[in-house]
Amino acid sequence: MFDSAQLAVQGALDAGASYADARFVISRSETIDVQDQNLTQLDHSEQAGIGVRALIGSSWGFAATADMSHEAVREVGERAAAIAEASALVPGPPMEFADVPVHDTSWSTPVSEDPFEVPLSEKVDMLIAVTKTLQSVEGVGVATGSLAFWDTEKWFISSNGHRIHQHLVESGGGFSATAIGENETQIRSYPQSFGQFETGGYETVRAWDYEANALRIAEEAVALLSADEMEERETSLILEGSQLALQIHESVGHAIELDRILGWEAAFAGTSHLDLQKLGTHRYGSELMNITADATLPGALGTFGYDDEGTPAQSVDIVDEGRWVGVLSGRDSAAIAGLPPGGMVRGDGFNRLPMVRMTNVGLLPGTGTLEEIIADTDEGVYMSTNRSWSIDDRRLNFQFGTEIAWEIKNGKIGRMLKNPTYTGITPQFWGSLDRLAGESEQVHWGTPNCGKGQPEQVAHTGHSASPGRFANVRVGVKG
Amino acid sequence: MRTARFLADEVLTMVNSDVDAEVYIDTGSSSLTRFANSFIHQNVSEDASEITLRVAVDGRVSSATTTVSTDDSLRSFVDATIETASKQPADKEWAGVGPPVEIPDVEHWDDATANADPLQRAEVVKAFVDAGDGLSAAGYCQTEARTHAYANSAGRVAEGRFTTAVVDGIHQTGTSAGSGHAAGSTLRTLDAAALGRLASQRARDSAAPFDAKPGDYQVILSPECIATIAVFLDAYGFSAKVAQEGMSFARIGEQQFDRSINIWDDATDSEALYVPFDFEGTPKERVDLVRSGVVSSLLHSRRTAAKDKTASTGSAIPGGDVFGPFGVNMFVGGGDRSVESLISSVDRGIFVSTFNYCRVLDPKTLVVTGLTRNGTFMIENGQLADAVTNLRFTQSFIDAIGPGKVGGIGNDQRHADSEFGPMLVHAPSMHLKAWNFTGGADG
Repeated sequence: MFDSAQLAVQGALDAGASYADARFVISRSETIDVQDQNLTQLDHSEQAGIGVRALIGSSWGFAATADMSHEAVREVGERAAAIAEASALVPGPPMEFADVPVHDTSWSTPVSEDPFEVPLSEKVDMLIAVTKTLQSVEGVGVATGSLAFWDTEKWFISSNGHRIHQHLVESGGGFSATAIGENETQIRSYPQSFGQFETGGYETVRAWDYEANALRIAEEAVALLSADEMEERETSLILEGSQLALQIHESVGHAIELDRILGWEAAFAGTSHLDLQKLGTHRYGSELMNITADATLPGALGTFGYDDEGTPAQSVDIVDEGRWVGVLSGRDSAAIAGLPPGGMVRGDGFNRLPMVRMTNVGLLPGTGTLEEIIADTDEGVYMSTNRSWSIDDRRLNFQFGTEIAWEIKNGKIGRMLKNPTYTGITPQFWGSLDRLAGESEQVHWGTPNCGKGQPEQVAHTGHSASPGRFANVRVGVKG
Repeated sequence: MRTARFLADEVLTMVNSDVDAEVYIDTGSSSLTRFANSFIHQNVSEDASEITLRVAVDGRVSSATTTVSTDDSLRSFVDATIETASKQPADKEWAGVGPPVEIPDVEHWDDATANADPLQRAEVVKAFVDAGDGLSAAGYCQTEARTHAYANSAGRVAEGRFTTAVVDGIHQTGTSAGSGHAAGSTLRTLDAAALGRLASQRARDSAAPFDAKPGDYQVILSPECIATIAVFLDAYGFSAKVAQEGMSFARIGEQQFDRSINIWDDATDSEALYVPFDFEGTPKERVDLVRSGVVSSLLHSRRTAAKDKTASTGSAIPGGDVFGPFGVNMFVGGGDRSVESLISSVDRGIFVSTFNYCRVLDPKTLVVTGLTRNGTFMIENGQLADAVTNLRFTQSFIDAIGPGKVGGIGNDQRHADSEFGPMLVHAPSMHLKAWNFTGGADG
């Protein structure tokens, strides 16, 4: 595999590239979907091919092919260089490319139980049993369960001398119950909406014990149909961990992507409200807000050994006691900003150009427990499990909805509330963080569907979070 | 080199005769030249073939996809897929593979677009950038040429090819942005310079926006906004799977929309894109979804059609057994009025260039929250007036085009960029009598 990648790099260099790298990638996945006790999809997918980046002057070219013949591999390197040459018709400023140490190494995800070796019948039967339990609750209209596993091997070669092999394994899934009313639907999901995904094997799925939680989830979905509507007001908002993870992803993770800050995503994903001139001084949130981008966290979904530019995985401080101090970067964007490269560049498969992506952008834990935070709240709402998410192109104005909420009065959980939403402006919202639960309640939540780029790429990212409380938040926003 | 059809047949011959099987081949090239800060910063091209096989062994179903097509790998790919299926519980809703059919003789293909090289795409980008006359430009030019082939064990075969081209971009001042968008099957018909001029004009015109008060406004929505509304109706309402689950708003035969609203899916229209058959080899004909405001039909795959004892409409997509059927050649019927005429009929309202980040709050009522982007303007006394800062809205898309809610429809229909992608909906501008803006994007 390294030989193929080397051949592609040489093709690009011979065609005039000043720098080139190549990733040979073999990835396979297994997806299982069950609806209402019926196996609706069992799919296996395999992708194999090579993608080459070539730099000529200040311009990049990228080409990919699934044809692994020597002739095709060399040609794809040459084609990447030709594309870079064409880019020079609309050239940019001189390209800098930050130096990183050169590695000749290998890295693998620690796995206890290979998810592809667990019998299909066991996985399918588990999901069927879960949906059977969900359907046992009168009023559940649709019961779904799914599992997905990815096994990815990459061989990376660069003209700087990198030679890196990686083997990544990711596992996860979840289930949901939907109750259907006269003119509404209510859904409850577990472990979170879209499921929970982590690096590792089937042991990560077992740890969530789907079957033990199915009945509660189904009953909550049905109960929501007759729950009171959340009223619009300003109050204390306590977010359950997976919703806080989503809040981090949308209002911090994307905003700190250096390519967005530099304008490279302006037309599609958008830019950022952050100004590089204010790195180190801008107040992002309250002093309880400490955020890192840590690609080394064991088990978290955004964990790897090396990024797709050969930079080692690392932990970078992003927000320190509420002060913005770091960004997500790659070798070219970091050089422009005068920062060390963060090792955060990844591509979605062999045929996608690596770009700045979140690793594990998470909130360091506070102290205490959710129970203590609730007990310490005179009046407020507790919201759990994301249902909708919308945020503007600068990651400033957001409106999020969750599946379920409960009223809090005098330190106690009260009535269930449906259709909960909250809205805010990023720095003000994070500035109102006044309680954060401790490490015992922290989870490395995984987001398996982060979209970015054109052609669009899907990344798997991690977000550590424990439940937190925000003061004076506008909730119950109505149409 | 093996053709797509040859490859499909080759895979099929490896399947035992007692197994139902269908093969879908997607092969070709896709290239995209991306620019930001007025220079090309990402420029990519890929050649790849993807083979999808679905088999049913006594109703036990499994599917698999691969990009590897050597003889040995195909043999093990087929064997493994059958082996996997044979060990599973039966799929109670498996509808079987379809019999031989005639595929419409339609092709949306352009040789020049298929052969477009990186330099041609760069020239398109340059035309867009230069039209901004110094503003900061960002966007992309994409071309692709693909061949799809389908074959199944019941003798159904289909093959087709298509090209697509997209130019999409924005120009930015320090405080504002404006956008331009065009798509079709032919690159040479997309006028990048004109799109660049439109984008830069909107950016300059909105350079000093003010904060509009939240509330109900009449709106003129561009084709991009209408495409987003249509694609949400498509996914959350016209899908027969969603309807069978009781989660669709659609009630066949009811006047749910304004009488001026007509929506259909049609891969055979000369303006359509892609191939005239679906992922199950079912031919695509025109499907009228809304006629004069009345919901008239739903979109079906073979699975949903069997359940409703009707015929598939050729709307199966990859992964469709989970997500449901989906129309990829949606048309929203145009009117007879210019955009200027639509604006002239609004005393006080808001013109919206594009929506951004729309998300459903409830799928059944299709209440959606989202924001405006790339040029939002007040309309005063029938004319475009000052620009306003981006606004957040929370609005039922069904109510917005409900009976009596449409003030007029433009004659400017074209392929418009929607929330789910750029080449799904052909739509016009529209005047809607009420739209609920809930706040400014900057707070």
